[in-house]
Amino acid sequence: MKNHVLRPLFAAMALVALILTARALMVPSDFGVHGKSFTYNFYRAGAVSDWKNFPVSYKGGGSCVECHDENAESLAASRHQIIQCENCHGPARNHPEDPETLTINRSRDLCLRCHADLPYPGSLRSELPAIDPGEHNPGEACVECHNPHNPNLEDME
Amino acid sequence: MKCSRRSFLKKGLGSAIAASLPLSSFKFLSPAEARAAVGDPAVRWGFLINTYKCTGCGFCVKACKKENKVPYDLPVTRTWVERYVVTRDGEAHIDSPAGGRDGYTDPKIEGKEIAAEEITKAFFVPKLCNQCQNPACVQVCPVGATFQTEDGVVLVDRTWCIGCGYCIMACPYGVRFFHPVYKVAEKCTFCYHRITKGMKSACVQACPFGARQIGDLKDPDDPVTRAILTQRVAVLKDEYGTKPQVFYIGLDENVR
Ligand code: HEC
Ligand code: HEC
Ligand code: HEC
Ligand code: HEC
Repeated sequence: MKNHVLRPLFAAMALVALILTARALMVPSDFGVHGKSFTYNFYRAGAVSDWKNFPVSYKGGGSCVECHDENAESLAASRHQIIQCENCHGPARNHPEDPETLTINRSRDLCLRCHADLPYPGSLRSELPAIDPGEHNPGEACVECHNPHNPNLEDME
Repeated sequence: MKCSRRSFLKKGLGSAIAASLPLSSFKFLSPAEARAAVGDPAVRWGFLINTYKCTGCGFCVKACKKENKVPYDLPVTRTWVERYVVTRDGEAHIDSPAGGRDGYTDPKIEGKEIAAEEITKAFFVPKLCNQCQNPACVQVCPVGATFQTEDGVVLVDRTWCIGCGYCIMACPYGVRFFHPVYKVAEKCTFCYHRITKGMKSACVQACPFGARQIGDLKDPDDPVTRAILTQRVAVLKDEYGTKPQVFYIGLDENVR
């Protein structure tokens, strides 16, 4: 057969070979179907461990008590016992190494998240002790009078 | 009765083997043990939200954004809390300023004052990825960058995503968004890095009222599974057939 007839065929074969080599080099070896279906389980297996290795910031639980036992004990005995320290002070990460200290938020907005009066029947919000921020000592920080780690009114001085 | 030598030996051998079997080999397997024996993945993560218990404090949204390093002051979030206030005329007033990140401190909704006497019911609804059994977002991905893990969580491979945005359009719940830093599709992972270490998702841990719970739907003794089996729960947009795995207690017709 004539050369000019075969030439495009060779060009096409070379192109296919090139694409296949590029694919073999660029697609990670752990790419494939891991699980039941091609539709939902076609992926790079390493992506799962990538996500598993994401760093944890919120330590939670009783991780603060060993150093801040006073605050922790007072909170645990108070009506605020259900609130995690890190909600008010931010994620601990590797505190006290990094960051060395956590934020202290004395703003009224922190407390108003739960205590601003919203008359919502059928929601737990309407059962929390509530104040009208416009009338309850406006302009003053709540923590001037209330102890955030022990807000119980009967313990107020 | 005839008893050939061959059948005598056969039966004798059979009874000897049966007699040597300890009783314990006839015990019933628990569902978890049976699954492990069959090689089925042992865990299926699911979520339960009790809207009666949500107070709209927004600590879950704050915790999620900080834990997962979602840019704090940009209008993107993996989870958010919506407020619904239904008035006597049947109208539902709905808002979610900054996804509820700073809580709900103002009774005004989008600048509108609503008198307490007018309110017939009002509540907060936390939303997050439903980790669907049939995730539409995964189906449309052209490059295999998003997928369902064997324990049922839908993840995005950040090294593989090309940022085409098909999945963001495909999700019926609008939980996906474009990550402004990594320039890839972004979504709730149920805090995969926490739940696979035996911790709770950041939003679950942050919630002081237990409105959010995460559990293993394959474990019949898990409190979440128990609640889903024994209480009246609903899912969002059932009609799409995506089989969402986030269940709600106290869902309302106004919630879409
Ligand atoms: C290993 C001990 C240790 C643990 C655990 C620890 N802290 Fe601290 N924390 C410290 C030290 C040390 C400081 C610095 C004290 C200072 O600057 O006065 C500090 C400072 C702080 C401050 C600022 C105090 C101030 O007066 O400025 C806060 C708030 C705080 N920690 C909260 C927490 C919370 C919440 C946790 C739990 C998630 C926690 N800490 C866990 C040791 C610890
Ligand atoms: C409701 C929000 C809230 C919670 C929950 C909370 N704190 Fe605080 N915390 C505050 C505020 C507000 C201040 C500042 C108080 C002030 O200036 O009088 C503070 C101050 C502190 C301080 C520094 C000053 C001091 O009083 O010793 C430490 C340390 C601290 N908190 C630790 C903790 C720990 C540990 C927990 C959990 C056991 C916790 N906090 C839980 C709001 C909170
Ligand atoms: C000047 C001091 C002062 C300041 C500032 C202050 N309070 Fe109070 N608060 C009180 C006193 C005194 C009471 C108890 C008597 C009462 O009910 O008024 C009280 C009661 C409360 C109660 C219980 C209400 C009830 O009916 O059970 C809540 C909740 C409360 N305060 C939250 C706050 C919050 C949130 C802030 C900040 C936005 C704040 N307070 C600022 C002094 C103060
Ligand atoms: C996560 C929501 C939340 C936040 C944020 C919060 N509280 Fe509370 N607060 C509660 C709950 C829940 C109670 C207890 C209600 C009960 O026991 O019935 C309470 C009770 C109180 C009481 C009344 C205690 C009593 O004896 O009646 C005061 C005062 C109070 N909080 C002040 C504050 C202050 C000041 C802050 C800000 C530093 C704050 N709260 C932040 C949820 C919150």
